[in-house]
Amino acid sequence: MFTIVRREEMAGGTVILNEIEAPQIARKARPGQFVILKANEEGERIPLTMAETDPEKGTITIIYMVVGKSTALFRDLKVGDGYQDVIGPLGKATHLEKVGKVVCVGGGTGVAVLHPITRALKEIGNDVTCIIGARTKDLLILEEQMKNASHDLRICTDDGSYGHHGFVTEVLKEILEQGDVKQVVAIGPVPMMKAVSAITKTYDVPTMVSLNPIMVDGTGMCGGCRVSVGGATKFACVDGPEFDGHQVDYDELMMRLRAYQEDEKKCHESYCTIRDAR
Amino acid sequence: MADKPEKRTRMPMPEQDPQVRARNFLEVPTGYTVAMAQEEAARCLQCKKPGCVEGCPVGVDIPGFISLLSKGDLTGAVRNLWSKNALPAVCGRVCPQEIQCEGKCIVGKKGQPVAIGNLERFCADYEREHGTGELPPKQKPTGKKVAVVGSGPSGLTVAGDLIVKGHDVTIFEAFHKAGGVLIYGIPEFRLPKAIVAQEINFLERLGVKIEVNAVVGRTVSLDELFEQGFDAVYVGVGAGLPRFMNIPGENLVGILSANEYLTRANLMKAYQFPKVDTPIPIGKQVVVLGAGNVAMDAARTAMRLGADNVKIVYRRSREEMPARKAEIHHAEEEGIEMFLLTNPTRYLGNDNGRLIGMECLRMELGEPDDSGRRRPVPIKGSEFTIDCDLCIVAVGSGANPLLTSETPDMQLNRWGYVVTEEKTGKTTKKGVWAGGDIVTGAATVILAMGAGRQAADSIHDYLTIGW
Ligand SMILES: Cc1cc2nc3c(=O)[nH]c(=O)nc-3n(C[C@H](O)[C@H](O)[C@H](O)COP(=O)(O)OP(=O)(O)OC[C@H]3O[C@@H](n4cnc5c(N)ncnc54)[C@H](O)[C@@H]3O)c2cc1C
Ligand SMILES: Cc1cc2nc3c(=O)[nH]c(=O)nc-3n(C[C@H](O)[C@H](O)[C@H](O)COP(=O)(O)OP(=O)(O)OC[C@H]3O[C@@H](n4cnc5c(N)ncnc54)[C@H](O)[C@@H]3O)c2cc1C
Ligand code: SF4
Ligand code: SF4
Ligand code: FES
Repeated sequence: MFTIVRREEMAGGTVILNEIEAPQIARKARPGQFVILKANEEGERIPLTMAETDPEKGTITIIYMVVGKSTALFRDLKVGDGYQDVIGPLGKATHLEKVGKVVCVGGGTGVAVLHPITRALKEIGNDVTCIIGARTKDLLILEEQMKNASHDLRICTDDGSYGHHGFVTEVLKEILEQGDVKQVVAIGPVPMMKAVSAITKTYDVPTMVSLNPIMVDGTGMCGGCRVSVGGATKFACVDGPEFDGHQVDYDELMMRLRAYQEDEKKCHESYCTIRDAR
Repeated sequence: MADKPEKRTRMPMPEQDPQVRARNFLEVPTGYTVAMAQEEAARCLQCKKPGCVEGCPVGVDIPGFISLLSKGDLTGAVRNLWSKNALPAVCGRVCPQEIQCEGKCIVGKKGQPVAIGNLERFCADYEREHGTGELPPKQKPTGKKVAVVGSGPSGLTVAGDLIVKGHDVTIFEAFHKAGGVLIYGIPEFRLPKAIVAQEINFLERLGVKIEVNAVVGRTVSLDELFEQGFDAVYVGVGAGLPRFMNIPGENLVGILSANEYLTRANLMKAYQFPKVDTPIPIGKQVVVLGAGNVAMDAARTAMRLGADNVKIVYRRSREEMPARKAEIHHAEEEGIEMFLLTNPTRYLGNDNGRLIGMECLRMELGEPDDSGRRRPVPIKGSEFTIDCDLCIVAVGSGANPLLTSETPDMQLNRWGYVVTEEKTGKTTKKGVWAGGDIVTGAATVILAMGAGRQAADSIHDYLTIGW
């Protein structure tokens, strides 16, 4: 078992942080890599990015949004409980390079994935601006951490309850207008990554995105995670999860993410009914 | 018995009724009774120069175990089997006997060959259900440590052979459960998972350590295994890279590789959804591309999950279908339709990106190709459409580069398979052996086990004598 040693709730309990004992994985993990977790015997294999690793302590940290049955099950695990299986580190590590001015754009739990990458980009000497967004102030996560990981942090909320009133793309556009941006990293909901990539394309700024298709094994064995990038089929778990944002077929990805929507809803509802009855 | 044994017909294997079994996941053949097994065993002529043994890739002493079975010494029979084949309960069920042992049986020249597979399965099942479960003797510890990467039939064979020779063996498996294709690929109705679990438990009782969730090349590298004190490593990672058709529309929702479909069904037990959390697409009109064992398994699984109809689409003819004869027969009995000499050209989807059909071309057989089989050539203007909401692609698999690309000093051939020395399984990297599908390409359980046994002998020599 992989024991949970720390648990925090964010964004009003919709986002959960687990620090988990996994010494082998902690030792090898690099920014941008993910793990697959399975809570118990009947559980599903769920991919989540490592938001933090501590090789000395032998722990990894995941931050996830509760969206369906499996993440709801994860939410119910307490400190001292654990995951039956944790597999990793999987996927390619982020390609980190000193290029000059970099803008990191994060939305939703994508901010958690963006955090270690942002910090690493700053550490190797880039000038890092961060834009993070959420629907409303209460759903914003990791504000303090992102402030420390970058030189300049901009915040957006859809409802204007905090920071800029509007989308991250609006702030991004302002920054791109000023020129000199060498690289953009965008991680968040697919529509956000699609919108960011469309803008950066008009400014011709290289853009990296991190994709989250449905996965099973995470080792290139099933092809369930296939995405179209530049017209070619790629397996996100081994060829990614990070890709050139200008080449990704986002509409296909969104359709593929809906593959099990009906089934998942049934599964989640029955879980909630059973849990609430207890 | 008075009549000449070879005149009698082969003892039929009792099976679940096709109508019933097409909707359940229980094993299809229900197994011989002792009396049935002994009656079938009596058909063996106990040949002095047995053709059957030549046909078996690992040279099982077929007349030997059959004779012990006839005498009622079932423990002796299973011991005899084990001396050549570590997993007789598995091989009796899944070997393509018609082109191996049974294909060379003399009785088969004039009638039906002795049912060697069924008898092998019987002995192993009998021992499992009635035997003492006594462990074979182990030699005294050598102090040498061996790492086995991958827990498919080849890795399990290496582990079993080396643990009894006194070495300290650890298996590293990427999935959360051991067994390789035997667990995630071959379905319950053909190979009950309890059998595989018991074989693995047997190895654990012998002292083999199994580390699941260990993706070698990611969680730990081959070189790190040596740094951790392992003296030798066996690589048996299988051929786990799904091939697709590379035709338009392949990423529509409703098109899955057989690997994904079968892994969801078998390893993740998705046929019990929502009791388990992993979903599997339920097709009403299902098409399976390919005609090997994998395709038959996928088609029969789809039928059991509630399809109205399931079609196998294959570009060659019946003779070329690579699946075991029994599987094709069982599939047809269960109502699976064969669309032979048919090749898909593109997938058709709706506005939501979901599969609704497939355009195909009819083929005819032309001149023989490299493989000696007549090449299928498309018939001009023969396009037609098959309506379907689920398509499972089972057109073969390749070498998964996850481990090999992280191990540059281990030589690969141009298709990405590991290059090994023929008789020993040695790779070009010192202290590393390889075998099974990652060397030969997708093959059979028994060949993977045979390669494992050869490598185990060579590893033992290395650990006791030198490289
Ligand atoms: C490489 C990778 C890294 C990821 N990292 C993170 C992370 O750090 N934090 C985080 O909150 N999430 C992350 N995700 C997404 C996370 O895996 C999904 O949210 C999770 O699988 C949903 O499981 P569920 O059973 O709770 O929901 P489900 O009931 O399976 O699904 C609920 C809804 O989410 C959709 N969905 C299903 N699977 C996925 C998926 N893989 N990605 C997105 N939506 C999905 C479904 O279509 C459905 O609409 C990552 C995904 C990948 C592939
Ligand atoms: C659906 C299906 C049906 C089949 N039916 C038959 C049949 O009827 N008869 C027959 O003879 N053959 C059949 N075969 C073929 C047969 O199963 C294979 O030839 C055989 O299993 C190969 O054994 P192996 O030990 O080489 O590899 P596998 O059984 O593939 O096992 C390899 C193991 O290594 C693990 N692994 C991979 N990469 C890593 C890594 N980096 N680190 C750690 N572990 C790793 C995998 O997860 C897997 O568990 C079938 C195959 C399939 C897929
Ligand atoms: S191992 Fe396979 S080929 Fe050999 S005797 Fe048994 S069933 Fe026949
Ligand atoms: S060839 Fe047939 S009859 Fe002869 S020993 Fe083998 S199984 Fe028996
Ligand atoms: S998750 Fe199976 S190939 Fe990527």
